[in-house]
Amino acid sequence: MEPINAFVALSNFVLIPAFAYGSQIALGALGITLIYGILRFAHFAHGDIMALGTGIVILTTWGLQAQGIGLGPFPTALLALPVGILGTILYLLAADRMVYRFYRKVKAKPMTFVMASLGVMFVTNGITRLIMGPSEERFDDGERFIISVREFRDWTGLAEGLALRSAQALTIVVALVAMVFLFWFLNRTRSGKSMRAYSDNEDLALLSGINPERVVVITWAIAGTLMVLAGTLYGLDKSYRPFTYFQLLLPFFAAAIVGGLGNPMGAIIGGYVVAFAEMGITYAWRRVVVYLAPEGWEPTGLMQILPVDYKFAVTFGILVLVLIFRPTGIFKGRTL
Amino acid sequence: MSEPVLIGEAMTGGYGGADILHSCTIAVEKGEIAVIVGPNGAGKSTAMKAVFGMLKLREGQVRLLGEDISALTPQARVRKGMGFVPQTANIFPSMTVEENLEMGAFIREDNFRETMAQVFELFPILREKRRQAAGELSGGQRQQVAVGRALMTKPTVLMLDEPTAGVSPIVMDELFDRIIEVARTGISILMVEQNARQALAIADKGYVLVQGRNRYTDTGQALLADPEVRKSFLGG
Repeated sequence: MEPINAFVALSNFVLIPAFAYGSQIALGALGITLIYGILRFAHFAHGDIMALGTGIVILTTWGLQAQGIGLGPFPTALLALPVGILGTILYLLAADRMVYRFYRKVKAKPMTFVMASLGVMFVTNGITRLIMGPSEERFDDGERFIISVREFRDWTGLAEGLALRSAQALTIVVALVAMVFLFWFLNRTRSGKSMRAYSDNEDLALLSGINPERVVVITWAIAGTLMVLAGTLYGLDKSYRPFTYFQLLLPFFAAAIVGGLGNPMGAIIGGYVVAFAEMGITYAWRRVVVYLAPEGWEPTGLMQILPVDYKFAVTFGILVLVLIFRPTGIFKGRTL
Repeated sequence: MSEPVLIGEAMTGGYGGADILHSCTIAVEKGEIAVIVGPNGAGKSTAMKAVFGMLKLREGQVRLLGEDISALTPQARVRKGMGFVPQTANIFPSMTVEENLEMGAFIREDNFRETMAQVFELFPILREKRRQAAGELSGGQRQQVAVGRALMTKPTVLMLDEPTAGVSPIVMDELFDRIIEVARTGISILMVEQNARQALAIADKGYVLVQGRNRYTDTGQALLADPEVRKSFLGG
């Protein structure tokens, strides 16, 4: 019995990666939930616009790297973030002007909006392919590890090692700052409150003199910022491929729905629920159990419930279960 | 007689197609309570919506303090000094009571703390529950939030669409008491009511509408005393 080794292995392979991944999903799900709450439709272009925004960040990063500009131990991508965010917000506002605003004017049904966003998704996907290509790109630089496995073993003398990659730590810190800032904005500022009012009761908000177009612009700006943050952090932590970003749509929606659509706190909790479920179910638990099982009882199999390739099946399973048994989600959001 | 604070004069119109209102006139004087009553489908709410600009008029005119506002949108009328409390969905349920009042004052550039204090004075229970989500309150308290929200713009006229719909008789009496208090501060009140007897009892002026036309118009007391009105509309 070596519970410390078990815990270190668990942290290294499940807790830390899931926490980082959960933060990335939470940022994406926050965008989905805000757009759903304010504009009242499921934004299917989320993943692809995230890929485009991250693409802008990557190109800017390469430009900076070519100039020899860097941030020392931190990834250069942090410097490129403002450019990506600005570009994405402009792109979203252009899409709103050209597509969504018309449907708002004619008071189209939510399903029409969803289909329109599907169209925006295809167009965005094409643009991203033109600029970035379909293949994997790397843009991480700076210090790779805060704690590496070998250093950890040398310090502690344990059999198991623990690594904390800088991208993981960065993800957690940036996500936390973004969330705190978002909640401060929504709960303390006049603009934020007007957004919540509009989400709560559109007609009464109009009656109170809240300008809906302004609320819409702020919503896109916040969603765009969150998208680029999520995309860049995901790219630094794992890797950048436009198709992977499109696939993230599923965990994003699952997280937003699990937490309760339209509820920001729900999106965050939902993000972590999805991430820990994906990791927990696709992890080979033998490595942890070996340290906990009594002598001679060590498992011979991998103790892996599902192969890693099936991680989206896990998310899909959660989504289906929530929609059947608690369609409003944990925090009583709206139903689709 | 001098010009009333608010008057919808000879209003004719409907939601496209056939007219619902036929030369209907509704007016309210300063600090007075005017009540619109009538049978179901008489166009009570429609008349109020017409005054508020939620219905296009084919004929007639709406004037606020002598100014013709017939062409203005409801939002613009709020800025001119009209407060409106819809019958349903009249609060922001997930926001706190205090935030509801803040949103009511959204168009105000000046400091609205004083008005909020006045609203809290009028509805003490709201001060107590100001940090609670408005959607968690009881029906009567929600109506208080709704009225309070509309008062935050310091309106000249407050319009209430069936404020007592779905609340208990005790709560209804209390709400009416508060509405009288609001009127005493100089705000004119125009309301549509289903509970005709109780509403006319507090009304300075009553309008009985039938099929979109003015049938009887008199003081609340006179209408209550009128045997014909009693027989046809107040159940004897």
